[in-house]
Amino acid sequence: MNPTNIQDPEYFHKVVDCQYACPAHTPVPAYIRLIAAERYTEAYMINWESNVFPGVLGRTCDRPCEPACRRVRVEEEPVAICRLKRVAADFKGDVKALMPQGPFTPNGKKIALIGGGPASLTVARDLAPLGYEIHLFDEQPAGGGMMRSQIPSFRLPESVLDEEVGYILDLGIHTQFLTYVSSMREILRQGYDAIFVGTGAPRGRDLADLPGRMEAGANVRIGIEFLAGVAFEHTTNIGKKVIVLGGGNTAMDCCRTSLRLGGDAVKVVVRSPKTDMKASPWEIEDAEHEGIPIYENHVPKSFVIENGKLVGMKFEKVQAVYGENGKRNLVPTGEPEVFLEADDVLIAVGQENAFPWIERDLGIDFDKWEIPVLDKKTFQSTLPQVFFGGDAAMGPKNVITAVAQGHSAAVSIDLYCSEKDIQQRPSPYTNLIHQKMGIHEWMYESDVAPDLRFKVPHADKAKSLKDRLLEVELGFNPETALKEAHRCLNCDVQTIFTTARCIECDACVDICPTSCITFTENDTEETLRTQLNAPAHEWSQDLYVSTELPTKRVMIKDENVCLHCGLCAERCPTAAWDMQKYLYNTAKAGGIKYS
Amino acid sequence: MTFVRPVFRHPESPKNKLGYTRKFYEGALSTLCAGCGHDSVSGAIIQACFEMAVEPHRVAKLSGIGCSSKTPTYFLANSHGFNSVHGRMPSVATGAYLANRDLMYIGVSGDGDSASIGMGQFVHAIRRNLNITYIIMNNGCYGLTKGQDSATADKGSVNKTGAANMYNAIDMAGLALELGATFIARSFSGDKEQLIPMIKAAMSHPGFALIDVVSPCVTFNNNVGSTKSYDYTREHMEATAAVDFVPMMTEITTEYNEGDAVTVPLHDGSLIHLSKLAKDWDPRDRQSAVNRLYQAKAQGEILTGLIYIDTESRDLHSILHTTEQPLNLVEQHQLCPGSTVLEQINAGLR
Repeated sequence: MNPTNIQDPEYFHKVVDCQYACPAHTPVPAYIRLIAAERYTEAYMINWESNVFPGVLGRTCDRPCEPACRRVRVEEEPVAICRLKRVAADFKGDVKALMPQGPFTPNGKKIALIGGGPASLTVARDLAPLGYEIHLFDEQPAGGGMMRSQIPSFRLPESVLDEEVGYILDLGIHTQFLTYVSSMREILRQGYDAIFVGTGAPRGRDLADLPGRMEAGANVRIGIEFLAGVAFEHTTNIGKKVIVLGGGNTAMDCCRTSLRLGGDAVKVVVRSPKTDMKASPWEIEDAEHEGIPIYENHVPKSFVIENGKLVGMKFEKVQAVYGENGKRNLVPTGEPEVFLEADDVLIAVGQENAFPWIERDLGIDFDKWEIPVLDKKTFQSTLPQVFFGGDAAMGPKNVITAVAQGHSAAVSIDLYCSEKDIQQRPSPYTNLIHQKMGIHEWMYESDVAPDLRFKVPHADKAKSLKDRLLEVELGFNPETALKEAHRCLNCDVQTIFTTARCIECDACVDICPTSCITFTENDTEETLRTQLNAPAHEWSQDLYVSTELPTKRVMIKDENVCLHCGLCAERCPTAAWDMQKYLYNTAKAGGIKYS
Repeated sequence: MTFVRPVFRHPESPKNKLGYTRKFYEGALSTLCAGCGHDSVSGAIIQACFEMAVEPHRVAKLSGIGCSSKTPTYFLANSHGFNSVHGRMPSVATGAYLANRDLMYIGVSGDGDSASIGMGQFVHAIRRNLNITYIIMNNGCYGLTKGQDSATADKGSVNKTGAANMYNAIDMAGLALELGATFIARSFSGDKEQLIPMIKAAMSHPGFALIDVVSPCVTFNNNVGSTKSYDYTREHMEATAAVDFVPMMTEITTEYNEGDAVTVPLHDGSLIHLSKLAKDWDPRDRQSAVNRLYQAKAQGEILTGLIYIDTESRDLHSILHTTEQPLNLVEQHQLCPGSTVLEQINAGLR
């Protein structure tokens, strides 16, 4: 193998698994260390720079970071990264003073943001401090998009959302709420230098073809519309017996909201086996904890109407059969159809983008699925001044993806408005900092806590089921947060190897708890992976290969289960191993830094 | 601060025949200097015992005083241990071995402990052919007392103060050969490929098995001009890596090349040769081993690998015709069979 090029910013970035998995690449270990030091404000600002909504995401994020956490590979449960983020938000001090302070010197450019969700707000946050005049349009009465209309208050209190949306709008954004944009042509005519479309995926799928759908009328509702109705208090009650169709997070929010609006026999019915449900495991867990049964392998067949009123639904029982290519088929079991009673049915079987307001003769191309044709890196549409981001760009994902796309689009818009090549993306900001303080002292907490993941306390169930505004999860207190923060392995403190200093004494090999280090003759990666001191089958995790040593051997370190405990560096007599903290921050528009 | 080793190990750590992972054979975290050769020897002992699936409760590790003698704390935490008086480990081991022949004994000593204060004990343990694996962690200096030259420091070897050693070195392997030891090997702490099978072979040998391990003192004897430094020894590792000769041990995977020698120039212009065991040299022939060792010494070579093995070795219990049963398990009625038996014995002597 060739020696590893550690100058490549992506090499060590990949070693910080959580940060690498995060669409916005939030420097997770850096803020967890600050939480452990009770420096919540700074921890919040690291998050705010990167993911813009720490308080919201600390409660509702899809957490792609957690399955990636190294702790999963050496222990079992990941660090509760998401809930630690919330700790930073809950206990922070005055963050507003640390944010960019307007008014900003205008740069003479005007930007329109269509939609007021996480993607648009991110663009606004990134561009406002650079002097752009930003006009934000949204049909809702307040900013936040789906974070406001679809995430129930018992998961995300309105005050938290208002606060974080407020930080952005206070940067001097011109908001036009309760304004439905019905024509892109009209917006284009107004002479904006660039237009960003962040209108989400506003259309919930219906089951219009199912028998009885028409007759059932208003007792069958689309999940996201129901949630929006509840959020804006147009909907205040629901029948006693409720069926929620679908297995995603929206379905989980629908069923739990129904319980709080007066439903007492609420069921979730999914077509697939429970293991294939799209909802996050913790959301399923929370719904089940509230006593909601989940019926798996039930395919809806018809709505049953008696005397012109919905009384229930019929389902066909199926089983999942997996073909050779892993493709799933739901095969009927042949059992008689199952009837489940219902006063109301909520359909939460997916949502999609919809752009009825964008005229198709403006030069903005759409593909055959009516998805805008975009440059995957710049989010630019086929009309150069129009950019897309969030669910509107590439279909429904999640808040953190919308934020990440917002950042990219903001970079593009800034380059575009400065008449620069938008394909020339700015490099990430990186830094490596030596961590040694003494013989046994490092500037980071290098000991590896053996604790299991700590549980987040919940509010009393009886109380929270009565009040849809009462937040269920209470968040860690500072004491538990400290313990949970210590579970972080500090994967951003990198093991740096300097061949010229190594005397090949084997001290690092002997001390390494997870046997990651091997000195051996060089070979191909296929061969080396079978010949190291410990198995190294995980190809997605790199091997760190040194240049050739005096004995013609090379040092090979399998990054997979390195605990970043620093023992190799501590036991190295010549500092050939050194622990260096690696900071990686994606570049924001205009090169601005917030933390 | 990492003064505690994390509890986590590689999730796919292999298990031996007993179902133990390597972790079960580890000891406390070493407090020796970072980079000490002794830690590598500890690592080799751990690996050898793990691979051999030794039951930890069947091992006794004994040591004297010195950096080397601290190491039993750092391996086999689940085994018996006795940290004895300076140089007296062989005597304590003799007592332990007589009392319980069922244990496997690992004696760990250093060049000060064995070649100076404990020389008398060392030679008698060899003479009696105790069944023990006797490892000398040989760094040519007194690391625990600021690195004075020890009795095994080569004449002319320069220590950290810059002074060359004025005296002839005691060659522990040569001495053991002369005293009739039944297993003699030399190795290097940085060459686990050789050391691990060597330890396994020694532990399998019924009798006194000496492994003289060059184990550099990273703090006091790792300078230019020292003949026991890492840099110096590393230069030789290219040659010794191919040397690995442990007969009668099927586990050995390293290749054995026919005898040639490597000449490595040093900074001071002197030369050192590293020999491999020649094809026509029988390690079971003491006379040929003596010749080869003297020849190597005369030519300034370091001889590593197995030097001599007596395949007919009879250990102390065989020599004494003691009972198969460990003495510490012999009951009082067996030890003192009563007046009737005494009368029979006396009658037989009349």
